[in-house]
Amino acid sequence: MPTTKEHSLLVRATTENIAHVRNFVANHASQCGFTHEDTDSIRLAVDEAYTNVIKHAYDFDDSKMVNVKVMCGDDGFHIVISDHGRSYNPDLYKEPNIEERIKLRKRGGVGVFLIQKLMDQVEYRKVGTLNEIVMTKKL
Amino acid sequence: MSLFTITSGIRDEIDILHLDGELDAHTASHLEDAFKTLIAQKRHKIIVNCQSLAYISSAGLGVFMAYIEDIRSMGGDIKLTNMSGKVFNVFDLLGFPALYDILDDETEAVQKFTIS
Repeated sequence: MPTTKEHSLLVRATTENIAHVRNFVANHASQCGFTHEDTDSIRLAVDEAYTNVIKHAYDFDDSKMVNVKVMCGDDGFHIVISDHGRSYNPDLYKEPNIEERIKLRKRGGVGVFLIQKLMDQVEYRKVGTLNEIVMTKKL
Repeated sequence: MSLFTITSGIRDEIDILHLDGELDAHTASHLEDAFKTLIAQKRHKIIVNCQSLAYISSAGLGVFMAYIEDIRSMGGDIKLTNMSGKVFNVFDLLGFPALYDILDDETEAVQKFTIS
């Protein structure tokens, strides 16, 4: 992927930082040339991915760190969110039945679905103890 | 940090919650507490005015998912009004318009409660 600009942010895994993280990424997406609508999609996808790390990778342990890296390239905008917590297995993903979840009074379980709807490409990587989600939005 | 406030009011015996700010995993518990309080008081006709709601993530949507069945089973409903296009798009991605009453404004929501 030919990249031109790269920026990163290292933050503690806490919901207090969600707004900071999503705005950091959205600002760079906007500078990369995306419309307001696409920038909003990227902002929400990042929120969902970072929230999943807080909840599922780190079980709300706010001493843990999360790295957020963005790259604006000729082919699009790439976001890499990395953690050292429990890894997510995308093979177990099943599209949620929202109506059924409402009947069962279940919340959540729709973050990954939203990420996939909002982004053009989503990839999960595992290198040793490092987990990465790589999300791409084409320009 | 995400900023979010709820202002409560009553109109024609119907509870109205005005949401202001950003509803995400950091702030969703405020809305959850508001629904819990209303349910405990057996107040089940609720309008959520989203005019000043600038942002919502799935954590916010999850609160609506968790309480709507309880409220409907008690003869009430949560009706959403005054939603911006940006916020509506997120509800729409999950198919919420088929499952929730999303209306233009409070007056329309009050009328629908009154008729039913």
